[in-house]
Amino acid sequence: MNSSPPDPFKALPNSGFTLSRLKRTVRLGVKSIYSHGLRSLLTVMGMVFGVSSVIAMLAVGEGASFEAQEQLRQLGSNNIIIKSIKPAEIEQSSRSSYRPAAVEYGITYQDIKEIELTLEKEIKLIVPARIIRENVWYQSRKVNCDIVGTVVTYPQVRNFKVAVGRFFSQSEIYNRDNVCVLGYEMSKLLFPVQNPIGNTVKVSGDYYKVIGIMEESGYSNLGQSEAGSSNSVSNRMYIPLTAAKHRFGETLIRQTSGGQESETVQLHEATINLPNQDAVIEMGQIVESILERRHKKDDFEVEVPLALLRQAEASARVFNIVLGAIAGISLLVGGIGIMNIMLASVTERTREIGIRRALGAKRHDIILQFLVETILLSATGGLIGVALGMFVPLSITYFTDMMTIIRFWTPVLAFSISGVVGVIFGIYPAMRAAEMDPVEALRHE
Amino acid sequence: MANEIIAEIKDVYKTYQMGEVTVEALRGVDINFHQGDYISIMGPSGCGKSTLMNVLGCLDRPSKGQYILGKDDVSKLEDDALSQIRGARLGFIFQSYNLIQQLTVAENIELPLYYQGYPESTSREKAIELANRVGLGDRIHHKPFELSGGQQQRVAIARALSNDPLIILADEPTGNLDSKSGAEILNLFDELHQQGKTLIMVTHSDELAERSKRCVRLRDGKVESDELVTA
Repeated sequence: MNSSPPDPFKALPNSGFTLSRLKRTVRLGVKSIYSHGLRSLLTVMGMVFGVSSVIAMLAVGEGASFEAQEQLRQLGSNNIIIKSIKPAEIEQSSRSSYRPAAVEYGITYQDIKEIELTLEKEIKLIVPARIIRENVWYQSRKVNCDIVGTVVTYPQVRNFKVAVGRFFSQSEIYNRDNVCVLGYEMSKLLFPVQNPIGNTVKVSGDYYKVIGIMEESGYSNLGQSEAGSSNSVSNRMYIPLTAAKHRFGETLIRQTSGGQESETVQLHEATINLPNQDAVIEMGQIVESILERRHKKDDFEVEVPLALLRQAEASARVFNIVLGAIAGISLLVGGIGIMNIMLASVTERTREIGIRRALGAKRHDIILQFLVETILLSATGGLIGVALGMFVPLSITYFTDMMTIIRFWTPVLAFSISGVVGVIFGIYPAMRAAEMDPVEALRHE
Repeated sequence: MANEIIAEIKDVYKTYQMGEVTVEALRGVDINFHQGDYISIMGPSGCGKSTLMNVLGCLDRPSKGQYILGKDDVSKLEDDALSQIRGARLGFIFQSYNLIQQLTVAENIELPLYYQGYPESTSREKAIELANRVGLGDRIHHKPFELSGGQQQRVAIARALSNDPLIILADEPTGNLDSKSGAEILNLFDELHQQGKTLIMVTHSDELAERSKRCVRLRDGKVESDELVTA
């Protein structure tokens, strides 16, 4: 019945560090966290909100800057856009009792010719455009849109493709043919069921044959402040420049509250396309100086999308730094919260630490135990935070039209930061636990 | 006393600094422990019983003197080595059981083996065997707070046996128990003694001391008497 007495000189078994041991430590850690459910949940909250706000803020920031860049890119990064604007003094005088017969302003064909001559070597293409606000009819349907009279190279220069059918050709320009290409959105409005191609639409007494439909752009147009602030690029109709000049003339009469108002504008817009973007910004300044020399009135505007893009990028960068700082602070706060709880937990579990030490736990065993618990806590918080942080931008996009982009690295980054925070803020409490004197710890009530 | 000596403390001193005052808790203690001993250590409070227990349990190092456990002098060992010795050669039974509340009975029993690096399958088998031995085979998945005091102390005994220690140290093992549960624990001790385990028990109670085979009395940090108990 007697078991053999233990060998007093038996070798001490090895207590090396193994994977299965770590697994067990993790499992015990989970248990310990689980046994303090509410406290663990509250501890984790800081991390959850930290991580989710990082992801959500970055997604909103990315979305906003992507949207802005996409809009500007649509204007073309190799392009310089010049626009006619109504000078301020005319705007004022038209409100007074004296009304001139027709106000004349804006970019002229001569301006374009001059620019073409001066910068012959540098410029690839110049695409002039007239933009006229008119109602377009198909049977009883009416859409108020911007009619853009332009040349064949417009889609190429503005990075805008024809989705169905074709754009008008050089011969149609030459012949001043009444053909048109519709923006995607207005094609849907005018032709909800019918196939628009081959049908004719009516604009102020003239009929135009639909030969193509532009692709859906998906973005509201930033650059168009003059003619169509309420119209997106999709709400446009494109006709040959020659036809526009021929059908509408150069003097446009506009109904206003005070009666009629007429103005003469040769061109509303011209897009100067360069072979590459290297000199776009400098070239924009040259174009501006040419126009300044030729115009006494302040009736034009030179816009360089690339410069706007650069600005947008710079402000996006600042935005991201600010967001990053806020996110960093919230993660820091989360980490401090976890450290606080872990320190309290170490004090509360002093006796447990004493027992474990008495039963043979070495200092590094205690460190590992508390560190694993802290990392588990913050990683759990991080995971919940990632889920919440991905849900928030999705619902923002769902409920508002704001675009949000979750880059794959943001959840990864936020989650790994939460892990690192766990280690950093876990080490101190774990060391405190391990440094305790076992005798003192066992005496602790 | 034919059995070999498995532990020996030689001229052990322990002094504490408590603020300004230096307390001499042990002043030259010599005791030999033999394989299979069943010893009670008695004495009035402040006589150095607890300090002696801490030294024997490798929880504290003597200020002076030697403590030989097994073959090795453990009085000068570093913290990690002392942990290793505690885990491998000693078993502890405390007055207030000192079980870990969030762990089950089985997990509590196998804890010393866990820190020794035994694989879980081995240690779980051992834990179940020991739970059966102390009569708690049907409670291995219970948490300590679901058990009575006597049952908890039996879990603690099983835990103290799990690593097959050279010495089992018990500090007032029946102090928190009613007389019936206390008697059960003492019966279990008798059984262990018969199986050849070495038991060292610190106690105030004469009743407990009478159950043991040898009684060491301390006074003012010194051994006052060390004699066999005559039943």
